[in-house]
Amino acid sequence: MVPTAMTIIDNDVAEAVQKLFSIDRLTIGLLLIVIALLFAVFGWMNWLQRRYSDTVDPAMIRVFNRRIVAWLTIYILLGLTVFLGPLTTLCFFLGVSFWALREFVTMAPTRRADHRTLFWVFFVFVPLQYILAAYSGDRRWFIAFAVLIPVYGSLFIAARIAFAGEAQRFLERTAKIQFGLLICIYALSHAPALLYLDLIYYDAASGEYRPWEQTNSRLLFFLVLMVQLSDLLQFFWDRLYGRNLIAAPINATKSWEGLVGAALCCGAAGLILQWLTGITPFTTYGAAIMGMVISLMAISGTMTMSAIKRDRGVSDYGTLVQGHAGVLDRIDAICFAAPIFYHLTRFFLGAAVAG
Amino acid sequence: MNQSQKLTSAILAITAKLLSGATVRWRGSEPDECQRVYFANHTSHLDALVLWSGLPRQLRAITRPVAAADYWSAGRVRRYVASCFNALLIDRHDISVRNSPIDIMLREIGNKFSLIVFPEGSRSVTGELQTFKSGLYYLAKKRPDLELMPVYLDNLNRILPRGEVLPVPLLSCITIGAPIWLHQGEGKDEFLERARQAVLQLKEEQ
Repeated sequence: MVPTAMTIIDNDVAEAVQKLFSIDRLTIGLLLIVIALLFAVFGWMNWLQRRYSDTVDPAMIRVFNRRIVAWLTIYILLGLTVFLGPLTTLCFFLGVSFWALREFVTMAPTRRADHRTLFWVFFVFVPLQYILAAYSGDRRWFIAFAVLIPVYGSLFIAARIAFAGEAQRFLERTAKIQFGLLICIYALSHAPALLYLDLIYYDAASGEYRPWEQTNSRLLFFLVLMVQLSDLLQFFWDRLYGRNLIAAPINATKSWEGLVGAALCCGAAGLILQWLTGITPFTTYGAAIMGMVISLMAISGTMTMSAIKRDRGVSDYGTLVQGHAGVLDRIDAICFAAPIFYHLTRFFLGAAVAG
Repeated sequence: MNQSQKLTSAILAITAKLLSGATVRWRGSEPDECQRVYFANHTSHLDALVLWSGLPRQLRAITRPVAAADYWSAGRVRRYVASCFNALLIDRHDISVRNSPIDIMLREIGNKFSLIVFPEGSRSVTGELQTFKSGLYYLAKKRPDLELMPVYLDNLNRILPRGEVLPVPLLSCITIGAPIWLHQGEGKDEFLERARQAVLQLKEEQ
C-alpha cells in the first residue's frame, strides 16, 4: 500500500501514544511522590507559621521554604526530562552553572588584568564543557569532557593571566578563577552527564553483567534525592544530637554526629529504595554505599563553600546581590557529590567494564 | 520614537539587565515620575545604559542619560543606540559660555524629562570616586525644583572596565539614595562635596 499523508500522521500519532505509555513509570511515580511530599511540607510550614507566628522563627521558615521551592523546581525539571529528553536538563544545568560562576567571580575579587581571562572562561569554557557533556556517552568524547577544564582550562587560565602582564598575587588570582571554573562548571556538569552514561548491571539471577536499559534520569533522580535527603537529615541530626562541631570557625552548625548520622541514614535510604523499587543499576548494597558516599560528599561541599564564604566575610552568596536567591548556596552540596557519583558509577558499571 | 527604536530600546534594556545582572535598590526614595537628576559614579561605558535600564519602564521613557557626543555620535550604530535610549549628547570639547551644556540640558528636559549625569566628567580608572565637576551645582541652582538623586553603581567597572571592548557578565548592584537639594546660600564646592559624600555613603551602606 502506498503510504498516504493520512497514514503517516496516523503512524506518528500511534508512535507518540506508544512512547507516552512506555515512559519510565517508576521514575515518574517516585517523582510524583517526592513532589507531593514537598508540597505537603511546604503547606505544613506555612500553616505552622500562621498558627504559631509568635514562637516559630519566621526567618528559619523562609530559608526552609526557599529551599523547598528550589528542590521542587529540580524535581519538576527531572520529570520533564523523562518526556523531553536529556537536552532540556543539560540546558537547565548550563544556566545554573553560568549563574553560579557569576556569583562566585563577583564574590572573589579579581583584578583588571584578569578581565580577558574571565571573558574566555565565561564564553568559551562554560559552553564547551556542556557541549562535551552532551557527547560524553561516546568513549572518545568522554575523555575530552573529563579533561577539558582540569587540563586545558587550568593551564590556559594560568598562561592567559601571565600574558596579561600583571605579576601581583599571580598564584592567588589563578587559583581563584580555576577553582570557580572547577566547582561551578566542571563539577556540576557531571550531573546532566549522568543522562548520557552507557551502563550495565549485575544480574543476580544469571550471575552475569547485562546492559542496563532503563532511562538514566533514574540516576540523576537518585543523586538529587540523596543529596537533599542528606541535607535534611543533617539538619535534624545537628539540631537533635549535634555535640561536637566539625570546625566551628567554618560552620557553626555542622557536627560530627550530623555527618555520621546523615551518612548512615542516607545509606539506609539508598538500600531501602533500591530493595523496594530497583531504581538504580546498583546492587542493594551498592546503592547503600552510594547513598553514604553522596551524603559525605554533600557535607564536604557545604563545608568547603562555608569556608570560602567565611573567608570573604559573607553569610550567603545571595546577600551579595539582594533579591537573587543565591544559586551557589543551593548547589554547593550537589557540586561535590555529582562528579564522584558519576565517576564511581562509570568505573564500576560503565558499559566497557563487561568488555 | 518610531516602532523600531521602541523595539531596540526594549531589547537594549533586557540585554543590559541580563549582562549586568543588576539588582536595583531604592534606599530612602521610591520610583516617581517627577523631574529628577540621577547622579552616579562613573567607571564603565555601560554605566548610563545599565542605570537607565534599571529604572521602571514608565520612568525609562522620560529619563535621558547625558552622554559624551564624541563617543556616542561616532558611527551609525552608536548613534542609533544613543537615540534608542534617548541619550542627550553633549560635546565635551566645545564648551563655551554661549554653548553651555547646562542650558542645553535644561532646554532639552523642559518640564517633563529627568536626567542621568555622571558629575565626575570621565570614567574613573581606579574605581575611586573623583571630585565632581560643577555642572551639577549649576543644574541645582537654575532649577531648584529638580530632585537630585545620588546613585552608586557597584561592580560595573569589573563587567566592562575602561579600555576593554568585551564585557564579562558578573553581577552588579544599583543603589539609589534619598534626594538632596541645594541649600540656601550653600557654596559651589561645599555643595559638590556634599553630593559626592551622598554617593560615597551609598557605597558604604551596602
